Amino acid sequence: MRNLIAFFIKHNFLFVFLVLQGLCFVLMLRNRNYQGSRLFNSTNAAVAKAYETSANTKAYFSLREENDRLAKENAILKNYLKSNYAVLPLTEYKKNDTIYKQQYTYIDAKVVNASVNRRSNYLTLNAGSSMGVGRDMAVVHPEGIVGIVKAVSSNYASVMSILHKDVRVNCQLKKDGSYGPLIWDGKDYRYCLLTDIPTHARMKKGDTVITSELSGIFPEGIMVGTVESYERRQNEPFYTVTVKLSVDLKKANHVYIVKNKFKTERDSLEKLSQTQNDD
Amino acid sequence: MTTDILKNSIRFVVLILLQVLIIQNIRLGMYIILLPYVLFILMLPFETPRLLLLATSFFTGLVMDSFYDTLGLHTAACTLMGFSRYYLLKFISPRDGYEQGLKPVVEDMGFVWFLSYAGSLILIHHFYFFFLEVFRFGEILRTLLRILLSSIGTFSIIYLIQFLFYTKRRNR
Repeated sequence: MRNLIAFFIKHNFLFVFLVLQGLCFVLMLRNRNYQGSRLFNSTNAAVAKAYETSANTKAYFSLREENDRLAKENAILKNYLKSNYAVLPLTEYKKNDTIYKQQYTYIDAKVVNASVNRRSNYLTLNAGSSMGVGRDMAVVHPEGIVGIVKAVSSNYASVMSILHKDVRVNCQLKKDGSYGPLIWDGKDYRYCLLTDIPTHARMKKGDTVITSELSGIFPEGIMVGTVESYERRQNEPFYTVTVKLSVDLKKANHVYIVKNKFKTERDSLEKLSQTQNDD
Repeated sequence: MTTDILKNSIRFVVLILLQVLIIQNIRLGMYIILLPYVLFILMLPFETPRLLLLATSFFTGLVMDSFYDTLGLHTAACTLMGFSRYYLLKFISPRDGYEQGLKPVVEDMGFVWFLSYAGSLILIHHFYFFFLEVFRFGEILRTLLRILLSSIGTFSIIYLIQFLFYTKRRNR
């Protein structure tokens, strides 16, 4: 017996090694059969924390793709908004059981180039005719309006920003609906002027300005900005209102192009009545 | 002595994190699996008591197994590696033992020594590891190829780490 113990002590290194190896095999076999040890796997608090931190860090590298994906999803969801559907007279469509017909569809696009410091500013979007973008479509941002499509190629669209000397968008005060064209005076990219508001309109600083149906391009009710100040023009019963734009056009990254499905119909009708008038 | 323990503990944490947070995400296909965390066992001081060496190796493997959900696999390979290290160092030691203050790194011992030392231990570790992992001899050629390529990969990374972090003193 003493000899045996002496033998073990002499070769303790080998025996400890063999015991540990045996332990490893027991662990391995147990791990094969069922969940194994609860302590030594990746649900262990420290291990899980390390992996979580790693995953969180990795998530930062794919933020761009994630953003694109969400913007796309938003565009799809916006297509389902009830306000994009025009109510059609029941009588005519009763057979089809169609009450709502979609008037506005949204196409998501990314701003690939933009300026705010010129007198006539343009944006370039990475969506073109291949995605259904056409001339004179409205471009909006979740926070406000951006501009109007001026030209399209198959994959890009050039947009006249609302900071453009030739762009006029009909806007109205949300409060009482008095409307007028919104223009840019070329001074500050954060402010536009809402002209031709009749003097009987009551307003105060902070009142909301939204797009008007009259613009024919933008859907009604899209946020434009808030009233910053207003003054009466000389000898005219109109106010010129300085509007603080709600969207920061310097930072607009993702925008939506709004397609008015009834635009052709409306335009041709308006044209028709005008020519008849002229005759 | 205390600084040695501290240094090795820090190296342990850093290497484990390197392995599980970075190296694990490098996917080079079926045949190359990089396990440079074994550098920790390689770099334990020459004077480490042999039982402590075994215990440390065992613990290292256990931690790796917790991260990889392969309970026992890394542990077995690491324990064998620690065990072999003791005999290997004895076998390739100079006639009058290792000089005081030297560490088992390229800088102190030279490239040829490090290649034979680290190379053989990595081979032992990987050989055991990959055979235990597949647990059958049917795929022996593929397993051998994995062992060879992975060992080369692991050694390259370990050499790179040594090159980056342990060659400063010579330049001074």
